[in-house]
Amino acid sequence: MHRRGVGAGAIAKKKLAEAKYKERGTVLAEDQIIQMSKQLETFKTHLEEFASKHKQEIRKNSQFRVQFQEMCATIGVDPLASGKGFWSEMLGVGDFYYELGVQIIEVCLALKHRNGGLITLDELHQRVLKGRGKFAQDVSQDDLVRAIKKLKAMGNGFGMIPVGGSYLVQSVPAELNMDHTVVLQLAEKKGYVTVGEIKESLKWERERAGHVLEHLLKEGLAWLDTQAYGDPQYWLPALFSELSARDITPDEASQMVP
Amino acid sequence: MDRFVWSNGLLEMNETLVIQQRGVRLYDGEEKAKLDAGVVLLSTHRLIWRDIKNHECCIAVPLSQIVFFEEQAAGIGKSAKIVVHLHPALPNKDPGPYQHSKFSYIKLSFKEHGQIEFYRRLTEEMTQRRWENTPASQPIPTATGSQTGRTRAVGIVGIERKLEEKRKETDKNISEAFEDLSNGTIMSLLPCPHEMVELSRSIANKIKEKQGDITEDETIRFKSYLLSMGIANPVTRETHGSGTHYHMQLAKQLADMLLAPLQERGGMMALTEVYCLMNRARGMELLSPEDLVNACKMFESLKLPLRLRVFDSGVMVVQLQSHNEEEMIASALDNVSEKGSLTSEEFAKLLGLSVLLAKERLLLAEKMGHLCRDDSVEGLRFYPNLF
Repeated sequence: MHRRGVGAGAIAKKKLAEAKYKERGTVLAEDQIIQMSKQLETFKTHLEEFASKHKQEIRKNSQFRVQFQEMCATIGVDPLASGKGFWSEMLGVGDFYYELGVQIIEVCLALKHRNGGLITLDELHQRVLKGRGKFAQDVSQDDLVRAIKKLKAMGNGFGMIPVGGSYLVQSVPAELNMDHTVVLQLAEKKGYVTVGEIKESLKWERERAGHVLEHLLKEGLAWLDTQAYGDPQYWLPALFSELSARDITPDEASQMVP
Repeated sequence: MDRFVWSNGLLEMNETLVIQQRGVRLYDGEEKAKLDAGVVLLSTHRLIWRDIKNHECCIAVPLSQIVFFEEQAAGIGKSAKIVVHLHPALPNKDPGPYQHSKFSYIKLSFKEHGQIEFYRRLTEEMTQRRWENTPASQPIPTATGSQTGRTRAVGIVGIERKLEEKRKETDKNISEAFEDLSNGTIMSLLPCPHEMVELSRSIANKIKEKQGDITEDETIRFKSYLLSMGIANPVTRETHGSGTHYHMQLAKQLADMLLAPLQERGGMMALTEVYCLMNRARGMELLSPEDLVNACKMFESLKLPLRLRVFDSGVMVVQLQSHNEEEMIASALDNVSEKGSLTSEEFAKLLGLSVLLAKERLLLAEKMGHLCRDDSVEGLRFYPNLF
């Protein structure tokens, strides 16, 4: 308790003021938590009402989802943070994205032996749609991007590399720096790249180009075609899904020149 | 500002709109409120303010609460205002945007003018006091029931029905509006969590600076509120991380469900694998990636037989606590020595592990000095370290 007998009246007064402030501080904070819980109740009610009218729209309409996400971002809430959040529970947005996350992981895993863990957003999109079947909800590329962003929380190197107006989705923890990225972007047009092309377009030394290409080979992201006419060609399986007539099994893949 | 209550903005039976004015900002006494861009509406019964961007953000105060009001002239760089002095709030008032205020007055700041006419109409309404003649029914919240527990007189049924019809009509209008205009209309109907985000920041600051004694229990409750709203958690308590009761339960669930799969897979699983496994099993009410990570972080403090582990590469795994690191590395060394050398793929095949985890184990053995690598374009191959 406050000992008023000590020191001059001024000191005692100050102590009293501090004690009162502290007390008030306590009241305020606790009070605020109560206030918040009340506001939450109200909010929940309003959200329930909203959901009862518009839940279907959000599920069916991908444009809607984009705007919903942007609005949440402006306010500073993340509707996908937890399956236990109001947004998830009442609007069902969570399940939509989390399930998409599962499908993305599975597609990437299935193709990893072939493309080393790098896949174009387009191809990922196609394959996910195929996997979902005819009657499933529409999934846009924006949906995929958001789902992938969430997957990053689990480590494992999920990332996106801007390439040729779209993205390459990386699903392995391979280290890719600016140099690698730039070469990937260069290779995007034809699905392969040569040392000569790198030197010409990027004005790099042979050694630097070689370094980057070697790394891509090691990571399983690029394959070397030494029988090409002219300069050896470094192919990126991620970029040429249509060119291969059939899917290769992991065994066959390991027998090819990595 | 603590006299205001949240409102759905719909007029009651016998309540008529008198005038409205856009471009109005609210002040709590002398302080600007966060409610800075809206429309103020005067009805026969209430003063209503609605956020111009988010129509669901709507508050109201009964005219009966007004003691008196006066004009405040515009100044240089300041809009004209009407100062409204209010009676103290009723003790069982419905929730509103402010719990407390040290002021007993508010101000309406007319950034787009219109104050003269508004003042005139307000004077009229305050003189006529029409609300006393035709009392509006209490605004009825949704079916989840009243928060104040007031008893309802029998005659209200008819009024409720009227309100319901009005609501249905509003719905229809909304759907039509949606079809006519862009999707933006629907979005503006979403309830706005603005205030709560602000409030949560304030509370979080207090917790951080240890102002006021907030109990452990209250902190956990607060965290669960943040979780519900999807507000990033600025409060980190070492004992629980961002854990809430939900995450604790989840951690226990995971421990149950993962024991067998882990044992089948050599004691270790990548987190992405766990994510897929759990969500495929659930079918609905799925876990978010963050839920999973937060739950795994609690394994140790809950004394569960699992651990979350992050490798240098950033790969996150769940492993059995009984997982014996040295044993694993020793057996890896054995495998490699037996075969002369192994790549991650070969090692993976040998053990029935995923390539990712096989690689991590070989890397670890290398780190401990038992293996060394041959990194060529043909791949990464590990040899016993004879140095």
